[in-house]
Amino acid sequence: MRGLELRDLHITINGAPLVTVNTTVAPGQVVTIMGPSGVGKSTILAAITGSLAPAFRFSGQVLLNGTDVTRLPPPARRIGILFQEELLFPHLSVGANLAFGLRRGAKDRRAVIDAALNDIGLPGVADRDPATLSGGQKARVALMRMLLSDPQALLLDEAFSKLDTDLRAQMRDLVFTHARARDLPVLMVTHDHEDAAAAGGPVIAL
Amino acid sequence: MLRLFPAITVIVLLLPVLAGLIGTVAPGFGYFPAVGGTSLSVQPFRDLFDWAGFRPALSLSLRTGLIATAASLIITMVLLAGWHGTRAFRWVERVLSPLLSAPHAAAAFGIAFLIAPSGWIVRALSPWATGWERPPDLLIVQDPGGWAMIAGLVAKEVPFLMLMSLAALPQTAPEHSLRITAALGYGRVAGWFKAIFPRLYARIRLPVYAVLAYSLSVVDVAIILGPNTPPPLAVQVVKWMGDPDLSMRLVASAGAVVQLVLVIGVLCLWRLMELAVTYAGLHAIYGGHRMRRDGAVRAAGLGLGAMSAGMVILGLAGLAVWSVAGFWSFPNALPDAISSRSWMRFGPDLLHPLNHTFVIAGAATGIALILTIACLEAEHRHALTPASRSLWILYLPLLVPQVAFLPGLQAITLLLGGGTHLGMVVLGHLVFVLPYVFLSLAGPWRQWDARFDTVGAALGVTPNARFWRVRMPMMVAPVLTALAVGLAVSVGQYLPTLLIGGGRIQTITTEAVALASGGDRRVIGVAGLVQTGAAMVGFAAALLLPRMLWRNRRGMRG
Repeated sequence: MRGLELRDLHITINGAPLVTVNTTVAPGQVVTIMGPSGVGKSTILAAITGSLAPAFRFSGQVLLNGTDVTRLPPPARRIGILFQEELLFPHLSVGANLAFGLRRGAKDRRAVIDAALNDIGLPGVADRDPATLSGGQKARVALMRMLLSDPQALLLDEAFSKLDTDLRAQMRDLVFTHARARDLPVLMVTHDHEDAAAAGGPVIAL
Repeated sequence: MLRLFPAITVIVLLLPVLAGLIGTVAPGFGYFPAVGGTSLSVQPFRDLFDWAGFRPALSLSLRTGLIATAASLIITMVLLAGWHGTRAFRWVERVLSPLLSAPHAAAAFGIAFLIAPSGWIVRALSPWATGWERPPDLLIVQDPGGWAMIAGLVAKEVPFLMLMSLAALPQTAPEHSLRITAALGYGRVAGWFKAIFPRLYARIRLPVYAVLAYSLSVVDVAIILGPNTPPPLAVQVVKWMGDPDLSMRLVASAGAVVQLVLVIGVLCLWRLMELAVTYAGLHAIYGGHRMRRDGAVRAAGLGLGAMSAGMVILGLAGLAVWSVAGFWSFPNALPDAISSRSWMRFGPDLLHPLNHTFVIAGAATGIALILTIACLEAEHRHALTPASRSLWILYLPLLVPQVAFLPGLQAITLLLGGGTHLGMVVLGHLVFVLPYVFLSLAGPWRQWDARFDTVGAALGVTPNARFWRVRMPMMVAPVLTALAVGLAVSVGQYLPTLLIGGGRIQTITTEAVALASGGDRRVIGVAGLVQTGAAMVGFAAALLLPRMLWRNRRGMRG
């Protein structure tokens, strides 16, 4: 069974129940989780990536393409995530940020990175300081860095909330297009109805 | 593996203190095999109490310690209450780091030079105001009342308490509270003391206790600025420790026990005073006095703060001038002739101790950094939450008087095979370096946005690779600052080198303090300046290296 499956994922905070989800995201599909802040939307994503804070506990399983990844160390899960902030490593150049993401074993790394920058409309910025890019440019680099690591699923944690309306639509299109082209299951957390409408997939309201 | 480091760090902090305490206390009760003492007796205490200087020494320690701590705390708080967040306060922040990094001994020498009968203050007033044509025969430095020593302590403790307060302040969101107290009609100072001070004090209580314990037991500043007939108790204990007559060690140990009891007793007394202040403060809060005309208090705070900073800065300048002074007649403000003779003559002698200084400081700071980073990384990776008592463990070496456990460490070294081990001296320094390195690095380390780590993990990078490729590069500046703090603390240490090294290992600090009795201004100027330079070298690196390294990375600059 391909795709990302959350099977009875039940999260508690300091012992009290917080949230329960049961869903399957098919390859190329975008499932949206919506709800007010504080209901545990981002916490679900943290459980999937394996970065839950110690106050939280969870039961249930996360399956990726039929494999249970719940107990795998985070780097072995092959689940990409984008946050509201781009979180480009400030000490590395744009190119080095992409190289950081590019999966091991890829040949001609420099050429791959240049091509990837072309792909997102930013040719020739490989040696730039990420702090000198505009917000939209940073977001595109962050997306490409994640994609180059060859993930099997993509999580979006309010990934578009910081961008203004025009940029937001553009960025959404870019992310969804790339995810579909790679047949990635995408799980998006947002509080914005437009995001959900643009995704076109099922919406889980918390 | 990483999980073990918090425990290892606790052992490194506690074991030397506890073992040293036992090794110091035992001879106080007559157990000291080296001079044939194997049975318990209270004779050392009888000898101690019979010493004519005992009561004066004890009361001198008590008085100087209490006054210095209270004055430092009051100056710091009034300065904050009157000026925090204003334009003038930027100056306070600017002079803070250099004041902190100046070693105690160098600052004390500088102040001694400044206030001495032939110092700049008297020179500036003579002869037009004083009528003095020659330096007056007055005992200003080493005055029997200990006021010079108190001034020296305050000048170094205000910057420390200020740093600790500034680190704790953001958690109390002072600007919000001040806006409200101002809207309710309170004067700045009253609003601050009623709304912010209680929360701030709760967060700097341990540093205040450390300052109190330090002031009660200080030795190097007391040797330079304090009276010596009798000296404060801790100084006398060190004198007895170094007595060629080994049996004096027993009296010294008894004195160290009394010193320990004194510190514990005064800490308890301070706690009681805290309760009294709390009670009085609540009363004042209920009273609702607005105290809107607080200009005088604010001015006093600024004046006292400027005075305590000015003493150190002018003092260090004085050291510099003396070090290059040829003949310098009274009351000229500057030497009649400038000469490099003092540097030529005494400089080369300082190279050897300087070398020792850096070996010891480098080793102690290196170990402290590794332990600190390992602890913080273990905390991060295994999601450990440090217990509140861990802060007490960190402060323990700063609360126990140095004379109460360092001699015991030396005794244990002797038992373990004699000789003088550089390693034991490093361990002695480590006990004091580690808390400061940890306190300096823990804040920035814990504040780091852990989502960088989540991103790294999502990109398929292992924890160790993330540590070296993401965390460490992003932490370069705070790590270098912690390194600089560690080096400065180690360079400034006097007793660990003297007592554990048994007088056979010289650092620039033991050399400088040893020069105090000689009174040769020029050589003291040279040594004090070299000591200050040694303590500041790390800070220069911590300031410059990240700028060079991240020249093209705007996101890495503060």
